[in-house]
Amino acid sequence: MSRLPVRKTYKLFVGGAFPRSESGRTYEAEGQNVARASRKDARDAVRAARAAQPKWAAMTAYNRGQVLYRIAEMMEARHAELADLCTGAAEVETAIDRFVWYAGWSDKLAQVLGSSNPVAGPYFDFTVPEPTGVVAILAPEPPLAGLVTRLAPVLVGGNCAVVVASEAHPLAAVELAEVLATSDVPGGVVNVLTGLRAELAPVLAAHMDVNAIDLSGADGDSAELERAAAGNVKRIVRGRADVQSPYEAASFLELKTVWHPIGT
Amino acid sequence: MREPTTVSRPSLGGGWGVGRTLASAPKSTGSARATDGAGAAAREPRGAVVTDLERKRAAAPAPSEWTYAPAPESREIVSIAERYGLYVGGEFVEPRSGEHYATLDPSQEEPLAEIAQAGTEDVARAVDAARGAFDDGWSQVSPAERAKYLFRIARILQERSREFAVLESLNGGKPIRESRDVDLPLSAAHFFYYAGWADKLEYAFPNRRPRPIGVAGQIIPWNFPLLMLAWKIAPALAAGNTVVLKPAETTPLTALLFCDVVRQAELPAGVVNIVTGDGRTGADLVKHPGVDKIAFTGSTEVGKAIQRELAGTGKRLTLELGGKAANIIFDDAALDQAVEGIVNGIYFNQGHVCCAGSRLLVQESIYEPVVAKLKRRLSTLRVGDPLDKNTDVGAINSRQQLEKIQELVAAGEEEGAEIYQPPCRLPEKGYWFVPTVFTNVAQSYRIAQEEIFGPVLSVLTFRTPDEAVEKANNTPYGLSAGVWTEKGSRILWMAQRLRAGVVWANTYNRFDPASPFGGYKESGFGREGGRHGLEPYLEFER
Repeated sequence: MSRLPVRKTYKLFVGGAFPRSESGRTYEAEGQNVARASRKDARDAVRAARAAQPKWAAMTAYNRGQVLYRIAEMMEARHAELADLCTGAAEVETAIDRFVWYAGWSDKLAQVLGSSNPVAGPYFDFTVPEPTGVVAILAPEPPLAGLVTRLAPVLVGGNCAVVVASEAHPLAAVELAEVLATSDVPGGVVNVLTGLRAELAPVLAAHMDVNAIDLSGADGDSAELERAAAGNVKRIVRGRADVQSPYEAASFLELKTVWHPIGT
Repeated sequence: MREPTTVSRPSLGGGWGVGRTLASAPKSTGSARATDGAGAAAREPRGAVVTDLERKRAAAPAPSEWTYAPAPESREIVSIAERYGLYVGGEFVEPRSGEHYATLDPSQEEPLAEIAQAGTEDVARAVDAARGAFDDGWSQVSPAERAKYLFRIARILQERSREFAVLESLNGGKPIRESRDVDLPLSAAHFFYYAGWADKLEYAFPNRRPRPIGVAGQIIPWNFPLLMLAWKIAPALAAGNTVVLKPAETTPLTALLFCDVVRQAELPAGVVNIVTGDGRTGADLVKHPGVDKIAFTGSTEVGKAIQRELAGTGKRLTLELGGKAANIIFDDAALDQAVEGIVNGIYFNQGHVCCAGSRLLVQESIYEPVVAKLKRRLSTLRVGDPLDKNTDVGAINSRQQLEKIQELVAAGEEEGAEIYQPPCRLPEKGYWFVPTVFTNVAQSYRIAQEEIFGPVLSVLTFRTPDEAVEKANNTPYGLSAGVWTEKGSRILWMAQRLRAGVVWANTYNRFDPASPFGGYKESGFGREGGRHGLEPYLEFER
């Protein structure tokens, strides 16, 4: 007797849950019906990210590193499934190693990027990196490694993310969301939207509660998105889909300088 | 350039003013005399040397109001040309636009000189000169030699600091004590600091192979004309770039005098170009395709317009924009020091400071004593002639700015806040505004939301540290914040939660070339100062 397999419904990942689009719409990609996030879903995702951000940032850097490492462990366990949904095993391994690499950075970024500043006066003066807040990411290709290469440096510094998955190849992102949901990442820290870029990107670029936008995966001319981003002086980041560097993480960090007098 | 002419104002007579810094409490001499004038003269530290005037004072009944004799700094040291051209390719040239405008002494409303209004063609010429200098040698000058040019500039600024300070106060309206003790030393220090980085970039950014970007277009505001020039030019040159800098429309004179420093330092022609003009000149510079990087300090409104303009061009951008900083006083703070910090935070430079502590958050339990002390301290602030060494608060920079302050203050009164201004005689001519405190301010009032950029403080209250953080962060800005408490752990707790690029704890408005400065949120991005201040002017291989 052959058994009828249980099919997966491809849904959004917002606030740690897997809702369908509030609009009820789907679109077809990679032979599947995938949730087509609406503008409201994008705004909900920003709200979820904002709500999760203070706790994620307040976690010790050591703990954040542990959580990122846990993602790598969970990805390893789904190696085969992930490989089916992207360009193959090599891409999955790149993505896993990316998380491992950035996991190790969580408690080192401040030492590399911060400073103590020898000012000409009796003050102790130091500079520390802090998360910018909520980051919107237009994930570049390839569908898994591109996304992870941009996401991991955002997370390691204590930011929360709203990711717009590859429009043509969204399934790997959905699978990754399921990995995140079963690792120790608090709900809302990463939110994954599938749907039409043209619909979602302008909403995120113009959103007043998004602090930075990663346009590494923006197709072609993104002048309109950059113009919208100026509305609240967003940090606009154009990184690469294939490199790892603490300076990629630095793009999503603010620098805070603190002064205090020295005296008896 | 035409024949220089010296403009002098009538001498107001020799003075015996009591030097006093804004950051320090009024000297007991001043206040004691005001209350019991008869006994005070005898307590003068210079007891043996009693002048006739002091003898007369000792015999006179206690004055009901204390007045200082004027102590103006001479402006003889400054010579101002009748008319200035644009500094392009190492020389002053007439603007092709053919247009000039007058720059004023805001304390007298009198024109000081005719300034060129650079047009599109003029900006293009300056960018070409900068590009030429970059391609043609500056980028090949060895880093150690580049450093030496910057060291020279720092030294010349130190030597000519008095001249620059007087000119800065004349053209900008800020008290000579501030231009002399803050703007000038910091400007020189900034060049000295970045001079030292010029040949050490690979240590600042190990494994990243830093290299200059090319031509930097820099646009600066009128509140610290020379200091902002130093903040822009020093790191740009240290990193190996050439620059086209546009000073603010109302305060071009120290930038134009800086061209003479550039000449004295024998900097190669075209490395530094200065184009003067209003916002149109700035827009031309932003739009010019030959500029690789724009650095702007100014209002958030203009900053957003620049970011929009640059969308899709791939040009690098850093923005240092407005602020509405909270200065937070806890009930365990050293109150007298805190009050000095509040005063320094908002009345320094007439409140024309992007990081000014314009929202005072006082813990409820100490609201009354803090406000009482603040009002008392306010009555000792001396408003008047920027060139007088006793002056604490100088002239408002321009009529336009004065009108903006007046409009917001009127809005504050209309919305229901309670206004306090100490009794104060203002000069008849010039642009002035009395140091002002608003109490009974709600967070929604315009005076608690909008940047006033004037000597106007809004007082709000809080009960718990959480509430203080929430109120402090309740603004689209995020440039700076102040915290006053004797509890160390609370300082760090607050500092972590305040969304601002600079947090001053138990101090305020401190600046240093080694200390990175810049904003969160709508106060901009990028840092100036420190190792971090080099990054906006460098490209990296990785």
